Amino acid sequence: MGEDRKTPLHDEHVALGASMTPFGGWLMPLRYTSDLAEHRAVREAAGLFDLSHMGNINVTGPDAAAFLDHALVGYISKVREMGARYSMICAEDGSVLDDLIVYHDAPGEYSVVANAANAELVLAKLGERTAGFDVVLKDVQPGQALIAVQGPRAAEIMLATAGLVEDAEISGGTAFADLKYYACMGMRFEGEPLLVGRTGYTGEDGFELWVSAEKAVALWRALLAAGEPFGLVPAGLSARDSLRLEAGMPLYGHELDTTTTPFEAGLGRVVRLDKVSDDGTPIPFVGRDALAARKQSPPARVLVGLRGEGRRPARADHEVVQRGVGTEVGAVVGRVTSGAPSPTLGYPIALAYVTPEVSAEGTELAVDVRGRAEPFVVVPVPFYRRPQN
Amino acid sequence: MADFPENLKYTTEHEWLDQSTPAVIGVTDVAAEALGDVVYLELPEVGATIEAGSVVGEIESTKSVSELYSPVSGTVAEVNTEAVDNPEIVNQDPYGKGWLFKVEVSGTGELLTAAQYAEHTGA
Repeated sequence: MGEDRKTPLHDEHVALGASMTPFGGWLMPLRYTSDLAEHRAVREAAGLFDLSHMGNINVTGPDAAAFLDHALVGYISKVREMGARYSMICAEDGSVLDDLIVYHDAPGEYSVVANAANAELVLAKLGERTAGFDVVLKDVQPGQALIAVQGPRAAEIMLATAGLVEDAEISGGTAFADLKYYACMGMRFEGEPLLVGRTGYTGEDGFELWVSAEKAVALWRALLAAGEPFGLVPAGLSARDSLRLEAGMPLYGHELDTTTTPFEAGLGRVVRLDKVSDDGTPIPFVGRDALAARKQSPPARVLVGLRGEGRRPARADHEVVQRGVGTEVGAVVGRVTSGAPSPTLGYPIALAYVTPEVSAEGTELAVDVRGRAEPFVVVPVPFYRRPQN
Repeated sequence: MADFPENLKYTTEHEWLDQSTPAVIGVTDVAAEALGDVVYLELPEVGATIEAGSVVGEIESTKSVSELYSPVSGTVAEVNTEAVDNPEIVNQDPYGKGWLFKVEVSGTGELLTAAQYAEHTGA
């Protein structure tokens, strides 16, 4: 193993007093002050995240759309220009290699944003799948930074950021005020073009900005300065994880891995078996046959949300059990994939794979927390949904 | 900056001990910082007999759980119910309001001075 990589914002994190931690081959900020304070800032105002560790693969060429239809499980050729789509790359057997977001960020051009730990694998797998397609893949992550502003005040902060401006020439026809959820547009920062997405992973409104490594520090500081009056604080991986869990969003390595198909994870909707080419024949994407078969058979396990009735949180890898008498541990019916005390809701929440028989909402279960059965009940996901105005 | 009051004794497991009668036990600011925000405390029961160096409770934070070791042997005289109800005070005031439990001491385990503990933590 080599040393963990550092993002272009590394020195900023250190200067802000962040606790740094290895994550997916990178040294990333875990927290700057307090997990809870950073989490709450994102729910109530906004948080600033360094996501430069995410993989970013640019796909160009005449067959870019057809290639992505073949290589991924989603119907990428249907993504409109300046749109974005949550998708997955699966193996031949239908197991999930990574979950990712595809941005259709220019005419005939796409960016595939992968998890940091899987970025190399995704690049390699995409490379293997180019046979017969006229496409060019380019790893554009080196030399780039990705900064996210997430929270109810995010749009106001973007508008107040010095040097960040709209430019009709590169906006792709979208005004910032009209940028929709799961879409992207071009903007400029200090004259340099950058891509702005509105996707997000926290359950809040928010924006992601891809900027060159050279401009990364200036943009980070400009966003922080503009955001301060709105309550923006830098937020680390710890808050990011508790936010995404409240929002019920899966995390690769927890809810998704190579032993999982999208169907068990409740993400069957991303598998588009209805993809057809111009002459109406089904598009034979990688994993299609296995996934088509999988869709026909009931899954052996189902991903559910659990709400703790006590105060002790369940953690990843704890066993889900039948309720016994008192704190007695009953028969094993599943396994927790992510668990934490929910800062927003004030009780423990968890995602877990359980057998279908105990997956109905309201089912009373327990989690074996170090030998003691803690009561949990099956609840709908997401645990938290942002208030709509 | 870590803060290790001179009048306290410490363990390598990051507990502090005030050798009054009964002795007061808590966790250091190094431990509190490393844990992140404390959200749940499991403390020994009043009247329980405990052994120095044994696990007597759990400290759960937003991200992790760690075991609480007793620096002394003896009988638990009191637990900090305020900390149980508001675990965040362990982060806010680890040497004051965030104390964890009190013990009528019958024996002690290996204890460090503030200087030795500072060396142990690399502070």
